[in-house]
Amino acid sequence: MKITYSPLKIILKFVVTSALVGMAAIGKAAILPEDRTDLLYHSYSGGGVTIEGPSLLIRKGLSDSVSVTANYYVDTVSSASIDVVSTASAYDEERIETSLGLDYLHEKTLINFGYTESEENDYSAASIRFSISQDFFGDLTNLSIGYSQGSDTVGKTGDTSFKEDASGRNYQFSLSQILTKNWIANISVETVTSQGFLNNPYRTVRYLDPSVGLGYSYEAERYPETRTSDAFAIRSMYYLSYRASLMLEYRYFRDTWDIEADNVTVRYTHPVGEHWIFEVNARLYNQTGADFYADIYPFSNSQTFLARDKELSAFSSQRVGFAVSYEHSLTSSFLERVSLNLKVDQLNFDYDDFRNVTASGAPGAEPLYSLSATVVRFFFSAWY
Amino acid sequence: MIKKSNKFNSAVLLLCLGFLIAGCSAPKPWVKPYERNNLADPIMSFDRDGVEGSYMHHVHQARESARGAEGGSGGGCGCN
Repeated sequence: MKITYSPLKIILKFVVTSALVGMAAIGKAAILPEDRTDLLYHSYSGGGVTIEGPSLLIRKGLSDSVSVTANYYVDTVSSASIDVVSTASAYDEERIETSLGLDYLHEKTLINFGYTESEENDYSAASIRFSISQDFFGDLTNLSIGYSQGSDTVGKTGDTSFKEDASGRNYQFSLSQILTKNWIANISVETVTSQGFLNNPYRTVRYLDPSVGLGYSYEAERYPETRTSDAFAIRSMYYLSYRASLMLEYRYFRDTWDIEADNVTVRYTHPVGEHWIFEVNARLYNQTGADFYADIYPFSNSQTFLARDKELSAFSSQRVGFAVSYEHSLTSSFLERVSLNLKVDQLNFDYDDFRNVTASGAPGAEPLYSLSATVVRFFFSAWY
Repeated sequence: MIKKSNKFNSAVLLLCLGFLIAGCSAPKPWVKPYERNNLADPIMSFDRDGVEGSYMHHVHQARESARGAEGGSGGGCGCN
């Protein structure tokens, strides 16, 4: 059955949800997040791509009712991915993202405003967000709704005349419920709409071409100019009697490009003594491909929309990871406590319909592509 | 005749439901504030380290088609 989306329906859904939250606003107030600073180094390495950089997040309460945040984040990219080596040359670039946020606590309501902008040599993005959250039912239930909208400008290196726009809107709803003195659950729903230039100006698709020795040629990809998606997630966190916790998550996703995806995540957290926290996690992810995606098309311009982005193909991925944190309380009048953290995850991607064109084989019969990546986060946190 | 009987049955059912609802009191919070020590432990947070959580959402969003409902620190990224 084909699902149809109407912007009016989405807006109506949002308005009704907001009204419900307003009506449900009875009970005790939420609290402001803790004052905290995190300095993080991140690194992603796999599939010929290395992305690394710092992230600094500072949060400070200005009064009993106002708290502000600032985040500075850098991605330094060095890419020789399969897409790049097959049709272009390796490149280096940098993306800088800055965010500002404000939390305002008014009686029983916590309101958040935020602004984020991101710059790289050929892409700029800016977005605003708003969310409102409320504890009620004796603080056993927390309801939160959020809205954000963004506007992107897409450029192309070496072509100063190329300039396209894209925009997006996110509608978020989240409900957390304390079920027992050891068990909390959450459901989240999010609708995202995007429109404008949604493809990558550098990426190409391939089609069979008997006139060339390789047996195929490349042409620019072409995506629809609109995309709407719905995601639904349910999470559960359970406290184990010997002081440890177990988190389970399931998320389902579908969109108007006919992509369906789901993932299951499990995380086990185990403190040792008063200073150490150890954590292990595993995540399984599956998705179907977009209805206009193909690894190879029968001829040039064979259909209206064309894509050979492996993120739009059918694939499955697995993640396993571990983390260790050392936390130390301080008696200083300025700092309450500090922590040092290391998290390492291994990711594997197995593509079901994306072939490795750097390997030998007849066009469309090359071996399927797969990649492994290592993700590292090393960070220092301080509470004050 | 059958139609009339159905209407009557529905009316009785509605009346019974009305009495039932009127007789019920709203559920009361069943976990008292002094019973929430375990829930307040930082290891019970879905998203203990926001800056790190946002980063991992970014890693997945950039490599997967799925987006949204990531939890605490989700909300999209300006990446392509």
